[in-house]
Amino acid sequence: MLAYIVRRVAYGMLVVLGVLFFLFLLFFAVADPDDIARKALGEKVDAEIIEQWKINHNYHKPLWPSIDRPKDNLLVDHFARMLSFDFGRSDADDSVISERIKKGVGPSLALTVPMFLLGLFFGVLLALFVAFFRETYIDRMGVFLAVLGMSVSILLYIIGVQYLVGKLLHWFPISGFDPSPQVIWRFLALPVLVGLIKGIGGDVRFYRTVFVEEIYRDYVRTARAKGCSEGRIMIRHVLRNAMIPILTQVVVAIPFLFTGALLLESFFGIPGLGSMTFDAIDGNDFSVLRTMVYIGSLLFIAGQIVTDITYTLVDPRVRLE
Amino acid sequence: MPEPYILSNITVCLLLATAFGVVSAVRKSDLWLEASRELWRRRPIALLVFGLYLLIGLLDSIAWVGGSVTGEDAVAVYKPKSIVDRLFVNLEEKSYSAPLADREFYDRSPLRHQGSHLLGTDILGRDVLYLTLKGARVALLIGILTSLIAIPLAVLLGVAAGYFGKRTDDIIFFLLSTLASMPGLLLLIALIIVLGRGTLSVCIALGVTSWVGFCRITRGETMKLRELDYVYAARVLGVSETRIIARHVLPGLVHLIVITFVLTFSGLVLTEAVLSWLGVGVDGSWGQMIAQAKDEISREPVIWWNITSAGVALFVLLLVLNFVGDAIRDILDPRTLRENL
Repeated sequence: MLAYIVRRVAYGMLVVLGVLFFLFLLFFAVADPDDIARKALGEKVDAEIIEQWKINHNYHKPLWPSIDRPKDNLLVDHFARMLSFDFGRSDADDSVISERIKKGVGPSLALTVPMFLLGLFFGVLLALFVAFFRETYIDRMGVFLAVLGMSVSILLYIIGVQYLVGKLLHWFPISGFDPSPQVIWRFLALPVLVGLIKGIGGDVRFYRTVFVEEIYRDYVRTARAKGCSEGRIMIRHVLRNAMIPILTQVVVAIPFLFTGALLLESFFGIPGLGSMTFDAIDGNDFSVLRTMVYIGSLLFIAGQIVTDITYTLVDPRVRLE
Repeated sequence: MPEPYILSNITVCLLLATAFGVVSAVRKSDLWLEASRELWRRRPIALLVFGLYLLIGLLDSIAWVGGSVTGEDAVAVYKPKSIVDRLFVNLEEKSYSAPLADREFYDRSPLRHQGSHLLGTDILGRDVLYLTLKGARVALLIGILTSLIAIPLAVLLGVAAGYFGKRTDDIIFFLLSTLASMPGLLLLIALIIVLGRGTLSVCIALGVTSWVGFCRITRGETMKLRELDYVYAARVLGVSETRIIARHVLPGLVHLIVITFVLTFSGLVLTEAVLSWLGVGVDGSWGQMIAQAKDEISREPVIWWNITSAGVALFVLLLVLNFVGDAIRDILDPRTLRENL
């Protein structure tokens, strides 16, 4: 077991290095530092100012290591800084990136965690309901509605919900954020609602497939033969066994709760990491963008390692190879 | 280098030729013929609607110069125009007008073409029906071009990893894990910004991010196929590796390619809409029309026809793709057969 964990973690670290190398290729080798400087400073700037900017933002060294200067180059710099979590300053406004991340995590989690938990709850509940009535009109209607919901772009959901609930009904503020506990839910209501509606179609359809697959297993027939009620079968037998495939899908999504929701945050004015990334896209802020990609993959890889290890503990059928 | 519109015409003709090739191949094979009949039996309306989208996209894809219409300025004469362009030539107003209106929306001055804008006009006075029809080509282009990039890559690497195993598999699997661990949307945006905004780089970026999942599937399926008895038999008979892959492994993957192609198509169009919202999408897409409309919806009175047209066009295409995709998966994938019994 210990050998498996060590191997799994080592492979995860290797993938982190792979991600860093990919980011290096993309943001340093393909995107020319001169271009980055010009995007930050404007097209018509003196070469001197560009050089100064590149020195300030650590873009001035040669790209690849050479024999006479094995340490003094961007490749080594990039790896060393990212691995020691020293993200430096933003290309666009010189703010310290790690501080902005610390400030943004709170609002992001305030949005994504309720969205995630409510989505999981309603998704499983509705899917159980639909699977219970499998091969009836309720089931067909449920799947039809799910596909209908999946076919609407999130942009339409955002605009539609904001227009209906915020503007016509005046139930909640259209956008904005206030972290004090008494009013925070008023600002989060609309984005959470949009997130729920957007995800529910695909979730219900996926969970239903998993449930229906379980329903045709032998152990369900046995349970039915010994006189279990259908409701008890669904809750005690089907739901429990179906949780394994569902959880593997769901746990993978947890790391991305930290990086926030790009569209929802930027549109509803929540000052989280999603908004920060949105601004970075808008302002060609490469340093923020690559930091966010790096943090996202780091969290994902860590989450995957944890999932794999718990999986081997929980499910004895999983063999260690 | 010939003009871009000539290149695009040639590409469209090549695609059409490929499509005819596929159709004639399907007609020769009993199993595929049966599958396509079953699809037609199950989803006639969805297929017809999808055909309509394809037709509009095609009518907008073949363009040529000339055939001047009276009242055009000198520059416009030399611009290549497609059949859709020619239907809507000279139908511009100054600014917003509601569907079938005879006056401008805000300053109430009379329109040049009173009552002829079925879906109204946008902020620049362009006919919304025209823009919506043109969006069909963009959506199909995104789906097809991206698939042309992603599917060959995924099949090539997936088959290589699954068939040869060992070191090849290690390297390709590492590449897959690396790409899969990066947050999809962010990676997509980073690629587009670094490659430069535009249709081709959006499709390349979508291709780079979407081949990973499909490659996993082909890799797994190839691993299963190479253990089958007929592959052993072929190897014992001395058939070369390339021939085994071409004759015995690839045909077993075709149904997966078809399923993934249709099922990812809708995802690609949806993602492009999000990219448009973020300002890195493709010009003329429905996503861009919706993104522009986010300010129009907060005006008083509301400009609703722009977002409604683009939204409905997008919704119907996605709905049709989802329905057809589900049906194709049910028909072709033996694993889901039990569910339909």
